[in-house]
Amino acid sequence: MDPGLERIGGRVMDVRLSPEQRQLRDTAASVADRLGPRAVGELDDRQRSGRLEAAVAEAGWLELRTPGDGGRPLASGVEVALVAEELARGLADVAFTGPTLAAELRRLAGAAPAPGPETVALDTGLSSPARVVDGLAPQMVAVDAAGAAAALVLVPASAGHLLAEVGLGPLGPSLDLTRPSAAGDASGGLLRAVGGARALSHEDLLAWTALGLAVSAADLVGVMRGAVTLARDYAAERRQFGQPVGAFQAVQHLLADAFVATEGARSAALHAAWAVDTCPASEALAAAAAAKAYCARAARAVCETAVQVHGGIGNTWECLAHVYLRRALLSVDLLGGVEANLERVLVHEGIGGDRGLR
Amino acid sequence: MDFGDSAAERAFRLRLRSWLEEHNPGLPPSSTDDEYWAGMAAWHRSLYDAGFFGLSWPTAIGGQGLPNVYDAIVDDELASAGAPPRPSLGYLVRGILEHGSDEVAARLLPGIVNGRARWCQGFSEPDAGSDLASLRTRADRVGDDYVVTGHKIWTSYSDEAEWCLLLARTDHDVPPHQGISGFALAMDQPGVERRPLRMANGVTKEFGEVVLDGARVPAADMVGEPGEGWALAMTVVSHEREPGELGYVARYRKQVLDLLDRVRKEPDAYDADQRRQLGWAVVECEMLRHHVSRRLSDQLDGVTHGPEGSVDKLLMTEVEQAVGHAGLAVGGTGAGGGDDTWLKVYLYSRAQSVMGGTSQIQRNLVARRILGLPVK
Repeated sequence: MDPGLERIGGRVMDVRLSPEQRQLRDTAASVADRLGPRAVGELDDRQRSGRLEAAVAEAGWLELRTPGDGGRPLASGVEVALVAEELARGLADVAFTGPTLAAELRRLAGAAPAPGPETVALDTGLSSPARVVDGLAPQMVAVDAAGAAAALVLVPASAGHLLAEVGLGPLGPSLDLTRPSAAGDASGGLLRAVGGARALSHEDLLAWTALGLAVSAADLVGVMRGAVTLARDYAAERRQFGQPVGAFQAVQHLLADAFVATEGARSAALHAAWAVDTCPASEALAAAAAAKAYCARAARAVCETAVQVHGGIGNTWECLAHVYLRRALLSVDLLGGVEANLERVLVHEGIGGDRGLR
Repeated sequence: MDFGDSAAERAFRLRLRSWLEEHNPGLPPSSTDDEYWAGMAAWHRSLYDAGFFGLSWPTAIGGQGLPNVYDAIVDDELASAGAPPRPSLGYLVRGILEHGSDEVAARLLPGIVNGRARWCQGFSEPDAGSDLASLRTRADRVGDDYVVTGHKIWTSYSDEAEWCLLLARTDHDVPPHQGISGFALAMDQPGVERRPLRMANGVTKEFGEVVLDGARVPAADMVGEPGEGWALAMTVVSHEREPGELGYVARYRKQVLDLLDRVRKEPDAYDADQRRQLGWAVVECEMLRHHVSRRLSDQLDGVTHGPEGSVDKLLMTEVEQAVGHAGLAVGGTGAGGGDDTWLKVYLYSRAQSVMGGTSQIQRNLVARRILGLPVK
């Protein structure tokens, strides 16, 4: 050992995953690979998706943000991000982000965990949680609603925001073929206050938004990884002019750019996931916003590249490239895409009002 | 998994922070100024003498044998204090460490590390850019010396350097990659002619050309074995692609902090597009900081320099050019009468996708060595 290293006792910043985190990631990857759809036609296979849902529930991944000791979540933002990333990479058509964000709202409000499957309802732009003001419910969208019986909304109160549940309409035709949405329904007694909860502070909502952005950034990283692999494999196999199209520099450079963007996104998203439970809420939000802006821009470009590399086939329903692209578009919009998050980043740097946080 | 400082790292950070309060030389905001380059040698010695340079290099050559993350902490703090970045010499040090004999390393490296000897890098030639292995500068053995003839270009700091890490062909009868050797050439001798290059941003101190006509280098100053020059070159360029090694994060962040200051002082003077470009520069810089942390941690696993360096180089280029665009948008070109600092920063950023291996070459490497795509 160099004397310098001895002097500091060998302790050094280390952003590698712990052995437990690596194991969690590998398990999530294996579940997604084994039970996720391997072709567009398999999206309609209810047996398979049922097994996937059961595996995710059994692994306890929907409870990662339920309260443990002292109200701290059972697992940190890093564990949540690892699962989100691997499920997205495998296009896992199972609810994860929605239930996780619902659990986090309940935890922050000190409420008991949900009695049944639950997600969150957002405004129709998907940019923030739906708010019910004076009993008047706006149009709202319960995201990632497969299997959910209810969705959480916010009710502004004097001391902050209270939690309430709304019912769900039928699962609608969906942008994301792997994560359907439903309309939130607050009519006819379907709006119920969540009991035993305290009001959520502004700080709580910043922290919650940071988690939501970090999870959607991780989802986008998974999407990008899956899309790059799909396109790379196709380019190595598809032949034109007597050789694989992946032997042409024009195609190689498209894929190289996609891979590089994915690696940058990974680094940013990993930091955001770490910041969720480590930094003060405003800093966690800034880290998450920076990561989300980066991942949102990168993911759309990477998925478009995956479509392009597949040529004509990439524009057909049967090619998984558009399933990745659709999933990316939903995750991009979730709690704000590029513009909203650039605004959040600038606000954190002391530029430009509080527009990004509304 | 933890992005935070350890206790020792925190203590080091605070020590550096308080040192910087008194010792920031206040050089121009970027490397796009001749005055900046003129001040860099003194800045190097000042940083080194205070114990803040060469941290991750072995103690045997004047380093401190600390993990690379200490360099990243230096970058963080230099940027936050608005101080100049640390000199980018890691690639030379790592190349000589890895390939030079113990005797050569012990004799030559302490001077690079402590800033008393200035070095340049003589790799590229007018007809050997991306195709470096086609270089034609020759070194012929005459007694105990080699006699060198040829023409080098893009020779960083050739104007000021006392030494040049030179690649020259020593064997003409083997395939091109195998006939190249590395040397430490003394620059101050009759066979060496230096010609400064004026870059598009006006800087003359950074790059130069060197014409070698009968320059002599003792055989004892060969770096590595005869024919090891290509391997040496690959080691050097792999470190030249590493933002953590180069310390560029500090340069980019300092520029972004300067731009943020401008907009904060006069928020109504900037429109949505200018602010958006500045936002991207912030986002890009943050990404690169975290990417460097990730890479430094990978190295704890003993991951050495592979094709991932090309990924890092492309990301670093993306960041520098985003900062360049933000500089142009927010700082302006100077056409309306202001100063042209940010025009120079922008112009300099265009070189980042060429120096150290063009972005086209990096993409080839990513596609073939990482994605495993076939070669035509």
